[in-house]
Amino acid sequence: MQQPALFEYVLRMADDSLILGQRLGEWCGHGPILEEDIAMTNISLDLIGQAISLYDLAAELEGGGKTHDDLAFLRFENQYKNVLLVEQPNGDFAMTMLRQFFFDAFRKPLYEALCKSPITQLAAIAEKSLKETRYHLKHSSEWVIRMGDGTEESHQRAQAAIDHLWRYTAELFYEDTIDEQLQAQQQVPVLKEIQAAWMETVKAVLSEATLVLPTNNWKFEGGRQGRHSEHMGYLLAELQYMQRAYPDMQW
Amino acid sequence: MVGPEEIRTFLQEVSDPEIPVLTIIDLGVVQQIYQQDAEWVIELTPTYSGCPAMQQIEVDLLAKLKEKGIPNARVKHVLSPAWTTDWISEEGRQKLRLYGIAPPVNEPDKSILFAAAPKVPCPKCNSHETRMVSLFGSTACKAHYQCNVCQEPFDYFKCLK
Repeated sequence: MQQPALFEYVLRMADDSLILGQRLGEWCGHGPILEEDIAMTNISLDLIGQAISLYDLAAELEGGGKTHDDLAFLRFENQYKNVLLVEQPNGDFAMTMLRQFFFDAFRKPLYEALCKSPITQLAAIAEKSLKETRYHLKHSSEWVIRMGDGTEESHQRAQAAIDHLWRYTAELFYEDTIDEQLQAQQQVPVLKEIQAAWMETVKAVLSEATLVLPTNNWKFEGGRQGRHSEHMGYLLAELQYMQRAYPDMQW
Repeated sequence: MVGPEEIRTFLQEVSDPEIPVLTIIDLGVVQQIYQQDAEWVIELTPTYSGCPAMQQIEVDLLAKLKEKGIPNARVKHVLSPAWTTDWISEEGRQKLRLYGIAPPVNEPDKSILFAAAPKVPCPKCNSHETRMVSLFGSTACKAHYQCNVCQEPFDYFKCLK
C-alpha cells in the first residue's frame, strides 16, 4: 500500500459514518412520530451514502481489489475504527439526538476543512457531504433546544443524555501518528481547530437549550485502535448477518 | 455517427424514478459526455450521497442508450463540483410545480444555524401562508410542508447549495 496513513484516516471516517447510519436505521418503524421516523432514516441514508464514497476511496488506496461492501460487511470487530460515541445504543429519543448533535457539530467543521485538502477525492467527498451535514446539524440542534427548553421531563432526559455521552466526545478529537503524518503534509486539518469550532456550536446550542456541560471530564477512548464497547459486537451481528450467512449476496 | 449532443437528447427520455415528471437532464445530474477508448462515458453527479435512485438511473440510462443503438457506454460518478438545486432547469421547476412539488426557493446560507424555515409558496393555491412540517420528507431531497390556506400537504424540493 502506497499511502497507509491516508487509508487508515479514510477508513476511520467511513466507519464513523457507517456505524452511526446503522444506529439511526434501527429507529425505522420505531420513531416517536412519523416525521422523525422519516428524518432519522433519511439521515441514516445520507451517512451510509457518505460511507460508501469513503469506503470506495479506502478500497482504491488499499489496492487489493476490495469493494465498499467488503470493507463495510466483512471485517472483524477490532478492525472497525469508529469512535465509541457512534456505536452507543440509541436509548431514548433524547440520547439519540444528543449523540447526533455531538457528531454533526464535529463533522461540519471537519468537512469544511477537508474541502480544502489537496487530496482531491477526499475534498470532493467533503464538498458533497458538507451540504447534507448542514441539514443534519440544523435538525439535531433544533431538537436539542426543543427538548432542553421544553417540559421538565424532556429537559431532564436531554440533560441525562449529555451527562452520559459527554465521556465519549473527547475521542472525536483523538490524534495519533496517522493524523500527524497527514497533518505534516497539510493534507488534513489539525483537530484542535475543529475542536474549537465544535465547542463553540455545543456551547451556543446548549445555552439556548438551558442545558449545561458536565464538569466531569473523565473520558473513554479506544475506538480508533479497534477497542470497542460491549455494544459493538451486537451491532455488527445485525449489520453483517446477511453477508455472513449468504456470502456475496446481492439485493 | 452520434455526438454528445445527440446522446444528451436521448437522455431527455430517461426520467428520475422517484420524481417521474423530471428527466435526468431537467434534474441537472448529467455532466460531461465524451468518448474514451471506443466507449461513451456519461458523467453523473449524485443529488444526495445515499440517494437510492442513482443506481436505477444508471440502469435506465444504459438501457435507453442500448435501445438507441449505443451499447458501448458506461457511467462515471463525479462528486465535485457537488450537485446543487440551482442545476434544476427552469422547465424542470415548472414541471415540479404542476406535479404538486414546490421547487427550491432561494434560501439563506444554512450555516446560520437558527435561520427561520424558508417561505415556500403552495404549489396548489400559490399562497405564501405555508408552514414546514418536517425538514425531512418522503425522499432525501424533499421537506414536508403544509399550506395554511388550502390545507394541502405538499413536498418541497429542498434547496441544496
